[in-house]
Amino acid sequence: MKIRNILYYGWPVLVVGIALIFYFQDNANPSGAGQRLYTTHCANCHMDNGQGLRRLIPPLAGADYVHAAGAEMACLIRNGIADTMVVNGVTYSGVMPGNTYLDEVELVAVLNYIKQSWGNSGETVTYPEVKKALSQCP
Amino acid sequence: MRQPTRNSFFFLLMISWGIIACNSQEVVEKPLPILGEKTITPEGDTLLYQIPPFAFVDQDSNMISEKDVAGKFYVADFFFTTCPSICPKMSAEMVRLHDEFLKEDQLLLLSYSLDPKYDTVAVLKDYATKLGVNTEKWHLLTGDEQELYDLAYAYMVNAVKDETAPGGVLHSGAFVLVDQNRHVRGFYDGTIPEEVDRLMVDIRRLIKEEGTIKEESTQG
Repeated sequence: MKIRNILYYGWPVLVVGIALIFYFQDNANPSGAGQRLYTTHCANCHMDNGQGLRRLIPPLAGADYVHAAGAEMACLIRNGIADTMVVNGVTYSGVMPGNTYLDEVELVAVLNYIKQSWGNSGETVTYPEVKKALSQCP
Repeated sequence: MRQPTRNSFFFLLMISWGIIACNSQEVVEKPLPILGEKTITPEGDTLLYQIPPFAFVDQDSNMISEKDVAGKFYVADFFFTTCPSICPKMSAEMVRLHDEFLKEDQLLLLSYSLDPKYDTVAVLKDYATKLGVNTEKWHLLTGDEQELYDLAYAYMVNAVKDETAPGGVLHSGAFVLVDQNRHVRGFYDGTIPEEVDRLMVDIRRLIKEEGTIKEESTQG
């Protein structure tokens, strides 16, 4: 009788418990959104593993530029670049198209994903920092 | 004592059956198909589909035509250097083919530009240099725009100018495997590494099965 009672009253608790685990797991992994944005907007050129493409497209993985960059990198992601830039001692001269449709929240997510993925360990940036940097884009 | 012996006998039987089955499967494997529409001449002969003759300039200003691929196998794709969508992934996979078959003289790579107005010889040269391309192996081609789009159609590759598409051209990321007689032998998605792995297997197979033999017959 007792076991039956536990089964009868216990299953909603179990369901809620599992739901809570999934809920917190998703929140504990904030890079989920960043990764999705990266795959959609960046991976075509910079590749899924951030390796770039030879001397044509600069890498993001292990890139000194990414490690050193702060919130101002949001300007680069949003506006693109048509100038030469040096990454890990190699000069790149291609054109990077801008991602003007990304909003501040998305830029924070994708920027932190880049700064924390593929062995990168750059300091993460916050929403206020990115918002401020975007108002001062060159 | 009897039971284990009988078991091990069946075990051995199954293993040997497995080996025989695997081997025979390899023998039975069909050759790669010859794709495209066949035409029948008034005389009743069946003509297999063949990539039409072409002539374009590569990154070294060399004219590359069907004569340069005669007797060789090649992989063709359509791209353009400023394409922001699928092209970098296609180029990354072409680089992988380039490195993998660098010493295989029977295989060439041809990348036709779909934006020849921008992709001049100088632009293609710069692109090829940045990718570290061996110019004997991988030809990046440019020329008359209409001829390039017509050729894409002949390769059965979709390519349409579209203002709304990224970069202004809507095109497929297909890699087309062509044999020594300019017959199309396979299509592969050039943006997916697993598909290009399959292409590599097919290239090796084609060269092994038809390469040297056919080359001798064309020489003779």
